[in-house]
This record gives sequence, structure tokens and C-alpha cells, in this order.
Amino acid sequence: MKSAVLVFPGINREHDMARALKLVSGQEAAMVWHAETELPKGTDLVVVPGGFSYGDYLRCGAIAARAPIMDAVRKYADGGGLVLGVCNGFQILCEAGLLPGVLMRNSKLKFICKDVHLRVERSDSPFTRGYNAGQVIRVPVAHGEGNYEADEETVKRLEGEGRVLYRYCSAEGIVDEESNINGAAQSIAGIVNERGNVLGMMPHPENHVEDIMGCTDGRGLFAGLAAHLDKAA
Amino acid sequence: MKARVTVTLKSGILDPQGKAIEGALKSLGVDGVASVRQGKVFDIELAGSDKAKAEAVLKDAADKLLANTVIENYRVELLG
Repeated sequence: MKSAVLVFPGINREHDMARALKLVSGQEAAMVWHAETELPKGTDLVVVPGGFSYGDYLRCGAIAARAPIMDAVRKYADGGGLVLGVCNGFQILCEAGLLPGVLMRNSKLKFICKDVHLRVERSDSPFTRGYNAGQVIRVPVAHGEGNYEADEETVKRLEGEGRVLYRYCSAEGIVDEESNINGAAQSIAGIVNERGNVLGMMPHPENHVEDIMGCTDGRGLFAGLAAHLDKAA
Repeated sequence: MKARVTVTLKSGILDPQGKAIEGALKSLGVDGVASVRQGKVFDIELAGSDKAKAEAVLKDAADKLLANTVIENYRVELLG
């Protein structure tokens, strides 16, 4: 699995991401600077990592979404290439128009940094095939603007087309108001685009991949991607 | 030429920041505030003096970057 991790000024999770990718795929990820206009040849997966690109100026992800490299990412996604955006990366993908909707300020106004539980809604996507449908995983979140919102029709479409892949839930897998940490519409933690090749999610699976981290629940996402690409190749 | 672009949240979009400010005003004893919505103001200086062109430039700037039209409206004003 040849991964490309995008690097914007103010991003700070790119090394965590690269480490997780290396751990699972055995291959070193290419770090791609935002001012580049092309992705490395043969890229299997583009990752937009978390952090605070451009200090969250204007709106989270707004400036990064207009960086030169994003035209290449758009072209890559249009061609069916896999794109994963985590946290600020999710915000960037929404701002870039690769995913619908927007990440608003958390409903209780607080920055939330803790482990949460996610329900994997389906397992037949490249981004979830490392899990079983209905499985509950534990991964950390660290965000102030993770409250996913979109107009009613968009949310209805996301649900109708099965494009919500990850949802906040309790440890038992119950989706309720209490487990919906940031007030997101339908407890949405992660969605894919219409074609299913672009995933944005607020939680950080890359931070739960090794025993030393206290949990390895995030590994399945990367292992699933690697398995998907192996099968495709 | 000076211009101003004002970006505001669309009605119906939850504005927790505005709500917090509203609460702070109430706790400060500022009476008569029914509600607060927070927005952004961009003061922009433009080269040239063609008003129609300036408006087009500002609209382009707002559509491409200054506003996220999924949740925000904007207003363009030429200040002369």
C-alpha cells in the first residue's frame, strides 16, 4: 500500500498517521507538501491528517482546502482513488467540496479530548472491511469543531445511501444523545462520498494501533484498506 | 477603493458562539438582548475604481473562500 500523507502548515498528526500506515502496510508513506501540484506516481491512498492547518484561521480547513495539492487530490478522487481525512483532514475534505456538509463548533462549546466509542455501520467498504458491521471500536477524539451538520436533504441522502460508516455510540453500541459527544447530526462520526472512495472522520484511528497505546481498535481501518488494495492488485 | 464583505450564518444554523455571547451579555446585566448571532467582517482594499468589476471580484472572493455557502450568507458593500 503506497500511501501519501499531505502536510500543511499547522498540521500535527502527520507522523502519527505515517507511523500507523507503516506499521500496518510495512511501507513507508510519502509525505507530500501542500504546495506540490502532483501526488507521487502509483499512490494507493491519500491521507489528509489532523492538526490545525493554518491555525484554523477563517474556518477549520478552509485555507488548506484551497492549497495547490488539493487539485491533484480532487483529480485523484474523481478517478476513484482512495482518500482518508481524519479530524482536520475531514474538515479540509468538506471545505474542498469532496464531502458534503460542514463541521461546526461542538454543541457544548468545549474542546473534547478523550476516547470515544464508534459503531461500525457496515463492513463492505474499503474503509471498514477490517471490522464487522455493528462492531464497536474505541478510538480517541481531539477536536473543538467536530459537530457534523448538513442540510436535511443531504443527511437523509447520507443515511439512505448507507454513507455513514462510523457513528458515536456507547460502549455497548447504543447510539443516543449522551454518546453523541459533539452534537453531530445523526451522531455522525464518519461519512463517505457518493462513490464511496473518500472517507472523512473526526476520531483518530491512527492513535489506537499499538499495544503501547493501550488499545489497537484503530488498526482495523488501516488493515482493511491494505487488504482491499491487495485484493484489487 | 475600500470594500467590506460581511459573512453571517444562515438562519436555522445553530450558532453556539453567538449563544455563549448572548449568555455573557445577560450575565453582565446588559438588558434587552433577545439573541446574538456571530459573523465575520472583511475589510478589503481593491486596486482600480471600476465598481462593477470590484463587485465581481468581491463576489468571487466570497464564493471561493470568505464564506462557506453551505452554512453562511455574505453581503458585499463598496465603501468608496
